[in-house]
Amino acid sequence: MRNWWKALTVILLLYTIIGGLLIPVPKQVILYESIRNLYFHVPMWFSMIFLFLMSVVYSIKGLSSNNLSHDTKARELVNAGIIFGILGTITGSIWAKFTWGAWWVNDVKLNGSAITMLIYLAYIVLRGSLDDEQKRARISAVYNIFAFVLLLVFIGILPRMTDSLHPGNGGNPGFNSYDTDKNMLMVFYPAVIGWILLGWWIASIRIRISTLEQKLEA
Amino acid sequence: METKFEFHYLCEKLGQIALSKEIVQLLKKDITVELRQKATLNGILLYVVSTVFIAYLIFSSIEELSTWVAILWIILLFASTNASINSFRKEAGREFFYYYSLAQPQAIILSKMIFNALLQLVIAGLTILLFTFLLGNPIENMRLFYLVLFLGSLGISTILSLSSAIASKTNNNATLTAILSFPIMLPTLLTAIKASMLCGLGFSWDECQVYIVTLALLNVVVIMLSYILFPYLWRS
Repeated sequence: MRNWWKALTVILLLYTIIGGLLIPVPKQVILYESIRNLYFHVPMWFSMIFLFLMSVVYSIKGLSSNNLSHDTKARELVNAGIIFGILGTITGSIWAKFTWGAWWVNDVKLNGSAITMLIYLAYIVLRGSLDDEQKRARISAVYNIFAFVLLLVFIGILPRMTDSLHPGNGGNPGFNSYDTDKNMLMVFYPAVIGWILLGWWIASIRIRISTLEQKLEA
Repeated sequence: METKFEFHYLCEKLGQIALSKEIVQLLKKDITVELRQKATLNGILLYVVSTVFIAYLIFSSIEELSTWVAILWIILLFASTNASINSFRKEAGREFFYYYSLAQPQAIILSKMIFNALLQLVIAGLTILLFTFLLGNPIENMRLFYLVLFLGSLGISTILSLSSAIASKTNNNATLTAILSFPIMLPTLLTAIKASMLCGLGFSWDECQVYIVTLALLNVVVIMLSYILFPYLWRS
């Protein structure tokens, strides 16, 4: 059973969707049933950060070994991460419309996500403007590492210094108010693992496709 | 055993001396070239003067602190971007091999960082002078504000140094420097703006401490990352 984790992904995500929509949740003012978006919106960001982190790992490996396959992996992990970032923004935007009353609010976490997208779009632009494969691998790896560390600083430090509408920031109640509800955690943790595995799955398929394409070209 | 250990120690020490010597020489070269040609310096001075003058014509005087701080940092950001865009132009072409054989990569990036930081400090000093002269100065705690200005300028110029080094390896240099550096510059910029606002309202060290320490840490992180990553960039 080499692909046991793919079966696990399917089971976890089926459980997330069915359980997430059916298992009772605590009634809270403003949030009501939209609280179920927690199983979809939050894991998107976890998956995105996980994919970007793995991309940086492959960038570091690529810099130390000069192996071009690491560069392919780093690129496709970034692409998959961007998909999850877009999904996280969409789910968050819909949730914001129904709870905060606007599609987009000036909030430190929203700005952080926008900046994350800008950084990785810049990464893609940078790759596009380099022709030589070796050079592209090396230079984009350097930018990937540099940007990711500063991104971690941004999303790690700054939200703690400013107010935010998100739970757990600036005097808002944190996840503690949900933590007391066992039903929600029973779906939330499997959902996080499931979505992260799905991200890894998507990335691995993309890596295989582009490796095959490179072989065809060569 | 002992002599071997001492030999290694000596080599390391010599390497450090060589590195700092190279940095000083490269810096001297950059400054001499800049003072002789004055292309970047004059351009930047004119840029700062004209943008501040435009702001003066629009606002005539700025009473609101947040507007004052925002315009100051926007002008600083764009002036420093213009100043740093071409900082690796001389090293990018045929001369690359000459520099490659001549100096360690660490010396090159550190000397560029110091040069850009000096340039940025000139820009910041001039901008703040012109702002005070034309638009007034609403900052209450000026001494702390200078520290924020210093650390913020340092952060902007160090990030721009590595970004323009990356961009100089491609063929659309000018646009790419801005695209690459603006998103990663935001933590530094936002922290600097927040700290400037607090200084402007007259808060003391105790209240601004968090932001100033964060700024200093960001600087350290950027300088260390550049020191580690630039050799890989340089080799390609």
